[in-house]
Amino acid sequence: MKQTITEKILSNHAGRKVSSKELIEATVDLALGNDITAPLAIKEFEELGLEEVFDRKKIVLVPDHFTPNKDIKSALQAKILRDFSKKYKIENYFEVGRMGIEHALLPEQGLVLPGDLIIGADSHTCTYGALGAFATGVGSTDLAHAMATGKCWFKVPESIKFIFYGKLNPWVSGKDLILYVISQIGVDGALYEAMEFTGETFKELSMADRFTVCNMAIEAGAKNGIIAFDEVAKGYLEKKTPKNYKVYYSDEGAFYKEVYEFDVSKINLQVAFPHLPSNCQEVEKVGPINIDQVVIGSCTNGRIEDLRVAASILKGKKVHPEVRLIIIPATQNIYLEALREGLIEIFIEAKAVVSTPTCGPCLGGHMGILAKGERCVSTTNRNFVGRMGDVGSEVYLTNPAVAASSAVLGRIASPQEIAKSDVFGYNPA
Amino acid sequence: MLEPRECFFRGMMIIKGKAWKYGDNVNTDEIIPARYLNTSDSRELAKHCMEDLDLSFVKEVKEGDVVVALKNFGCGSSREHAPLALKASGISCIMAATFARIFYRNALNIGLLLIESPQASKDIDNKDLIEIDLNNHRISNLTKNKSYDILPVPEFMQKMIASGGLMSYVKSNIKSKINK
Repeated sequence: MKQTITEKILSNHAGRKVSSKELIEATVDLALGNDITAPLAIKEFEELGLEEVFDRKKIVLVPDHFTPNKDIKSALQAKILRDFSKKYKIENYFEVGRMGIEHALLPEQGLVLPGDLIIGADSHTCTYGALGAFATGVGSTDLAHAMATGKCWFKVPESIKFIFYGKLNPWVSGKDLILYVISQIGVDGALYEAMEFTGETFKELSMADRFTVCNMAIEAGAKNGIIAFDEVAKGYLEKKTPKNYKVYYSDEGAFYKEVYEFDVSKINLQVAFPHLPSNCQEVEKVGPINIDQVVIGSCTNGRIEDLRVAASILKGKKVHPEVRLIIIPATQNIYLEALREGLIEIFIEAKAVVSTPTCGPCLGGHMGILAKGERCVSTTNRNFVGRMGDVGSEVYLTNPAVAASSAVLGRIASPQEIAKSDVFGYNPA
Repeated sequence: MLEPRECFFRGMMIIKGKAWKYGDNVNTDEIIPARYLNTSDSRELAKHCMEDLDLSFVKEVKEGDVVVALKNFGCGSSREHAPLALKASGISCIMAATFARIFYRNALNIGLLLIESPQASKDIDNKDLIEIDLNNHRISNLTKNKSYDILPVPEFMQKMIASGGLMSYVKSNIKSKINK
């Protein structure tokens, strides 16, 4: 029976060959929760009266959404995680100061291996598919169940293949590719399915770009996003962990519900307009839209590569005086690396805010909420009504280069405009 | 009134309530905005249910009412607070053309009944009086005098809802393992 990579990983963890649309129970290699989703899971887990978790090495708890504690209630939620981790001796609990945004942190810490089955009580858990793992978002009850039993139930998804070929245009990155895909198929275009990303273009894409692509699979309604393990991924992993792993590939002739092919030379810089990630336009075709805030960060685009791109545009420039630019390195290691490379100095000289790792403004939590009538260009992953603040505010999703350019010009702008414009002479109040 | 999970158990109940009709892509930020996620208390969450989409919801929702929507209901975040808020506000069932997958599993895991029915979801209007007969797999729009057949919920799911959700199901399995 020919199988896709997703079917193979699920089969391996179910202990038998499974087919798409089957309901199965499978063992998990890692179960993840954060300060918003884990408290509910912990409450349900404790009601079972068990003395220990199924495996204290396989649970990861990261307080990243409303931390450093944004208010008293959030402080309590973070405390629940802390106390639980101490009580049940959870090895992978990452305290504030040692943590990062979960979906940037886990791969960085070598916790994700190809062929793994990873569940997370956070919708962007699909990020880890970039390393050839099956990774999917679940709820708090699923997390409680997994912490107790080491298992999770699934419906085996059918797969949709996305083939990218051709050379990338200047500044076009993983973010633009996935935004383009979502604009083509819609926010439920891959509902319940596995999105399998492949094609020669991937040789050009860094791990950061690949994480970005898989991160937003959920925005098309997918169960998971996945990229076959290759030399680039191998090089990334070698530096992170000495552990052994098993690599799976889709069989030649495996069934795909649909196959899409994209010539990336026809894909230009994308901006997702309010209020859906699928509502994309080409940045260069957008008229003047003034903005109030820019956010560069998140599990989607907060990695060192993203910060380097932003710094290359901001160097020697100033943020527009009517704009707040908030830059959030996704982990402490990334923050430190950015510091060592001189990026933080570039950001602060440009009059940007640099924050400790947190999800913060992405979900309208803290560290940059929008008032009524305000607009933000953001490298995050969602722009629903009220996502980053007041229901009368707007969020436009872009890649880091467009975000940085927009911060300088005070409106949605392409990096090509920065190269042309005379902003060096600008003298802000 | 019996809880929906008791319906499966006894194989009999009728759910009756008014419809709260919405469109495509009702997302988790609308169902329960992130600014309220610093609590897991479902009674607290219920006070803010649907706040960024429909302010009248919390004021007028009654025990037993039904949410009816079109495509991709519950898209966005994995926050279980979304189905919890809906259930705690009195909603007995959510009917939609299609559901977002994480919302679907969360709702079932907490024992909130979901029905996928594109035709019924399209035809039902806001405030129509709805009757759901789980024994006969039938939805009736009492306001418009129309009926629809629905597919039975998969057996695996029925057991879970009948147990009161995933954790009750697990508890009863753990108890039986201890007893062995």
